[in-house]
Amino acid sequence: MVKEIERAGLPVVHVCTIVPISLTVGANRIVPAVAIPHPFGDPARTAAEEKEIRRHLVEKSLQALQTEITEQTVFAD
Amino acid sequence: MSYRIIHYINQFYAGIGGEEKADVAPEIREGVVGPGMAFKGALGADAEIVATVICGDSYFASNMEKTSAEIIEMMKKYKPDAVIAGPAFNAGRYGTACGALCEAVVKELGIPAVGGMYPENPGVEMYKKSFYIVETPDSAAGMRKAVPAMAGLLLKLLKGEKLGTPAEEGYIERGVRKNKFYDKLAAERVVDMFTAKLKGEPFVTEYPMPQFDRVDPQPAVKNMKNAVIALVTSGGICPVGNPDHIEASSASKFGEYDITGIDDLTCDAFCTAHGGYDATYADEDSDRVLPVDVLREMEREGVFKKLHNKFYSTVGNGTAVASSKRFGAEIASRLIADGVTAVILTST
Repeated sequence: MVKEIERAGLPVVHVCTIVPISLTVGANRIVPAVAIPHPFGDPARTAAEEKEIRRHLVEKSLQALQTEITEQTVFAD
Repeated sequence: MSYRIIHYINQFYAGIGGEEKADVAPEIREGVVGPGMAFKGALGADAEIVATVICGDSYFASNMEKTSAEIIEMMKKYKPDAVIAGPAFNAGRYGTACGALCEAVVKELGIPAVGGMYPENPGVEMYKKSFYIVETPDSAAGMRKAVPAMAGLLLKLLKGEKLGTPAEEGYIERGVRKNKFYDKLAAERVVDMFTAKLKGEPFVTEYPMPQFDRVDPQPAVKNMKNAVIALVTSGGICPVGNPDHIEASSASKFGEYDITGIDDLTCDAFCTAHGGYDATYADEDSDRVLPVDVLREMEREGVFKKLHNKFYSTVGNGTAVASSKRFGAEIASRLIADGVTAVILTST
């Protein structure tokens, strides 16, 4: 899906936990997430902390979308 | 003396549990567990499964290198002659785990490893060059076919027997080139192929071209303050009740859901349809998979112009590549028609 959407003309950031799969599939902008069942959260934390984690990941995603790249790029911390 | 085999399986095939147990740490047990019984029969007297390693799929996928190293250490004590992994069929995390482990087995222990996967399993593309992966059907219904093929190939490798071509032996091409003599010259063979092609007759190429399906990155978003951001997910988020009946695995469709006026994906209104991960956390708070709450905040702060009022969702669990392509193309055309600038696609 990432590739088809990008092919059609929209920049896509793929936020996912298993980065090697995303690289194999061919996503261009990749942001590593927290964990498989909760990529944008962490149930072990308080709701406020979770939201902070989520906000940080979304900010990083938007940053990735604003970064010019020429090849597959993983935007790690 | 019979060969000593170690078998790798996930928590599901070990009978420990489904997705709710996918984070169990690796353990090793003596003897056969689960599908090991079938391998025991297929291997006969030549080889014996001396131990079985079990690990949760999510545990492995979350710490691949560390887990491989841990398991290799566990295996050493049993002095294995070879490793069998799976079969993983079309289970992505399981296939990836089998692949990462077998790659480490071949490299670190210097012994043969055989796995079994459906060709679309992401573990194939990632690890097919590192070890032998027998081609299997896409679900456990293919177990009876997969086991004898995997066992047969493993015994050949252990005995040092000469292997035929991947098609003859039933494993997925590893990209290994071998010299071979033909009676006919290359020039004659190519003309034969060409004439067969012209006549519409079947022919087999001697060197299939690799297929690199890559898409060039789109230019970056220049002016975020003017951008319309859309959310798409393979994590199965949908309104409670799953109105479009998106399948829990092998999805045949995607859903389009309006979030006009919704600031937060609360548990009374949204859940996940995904059957490939523990749904507890997504059902409690779907923002953990699709961050609508945070995007709404940022929309208000003016970080970007607008969060698109629809999100798109399907279940990426054993879903065919062809279906995903179709969903992606259709979603893209709708997003473009609606004036979306960029997409955040989330996967579990």
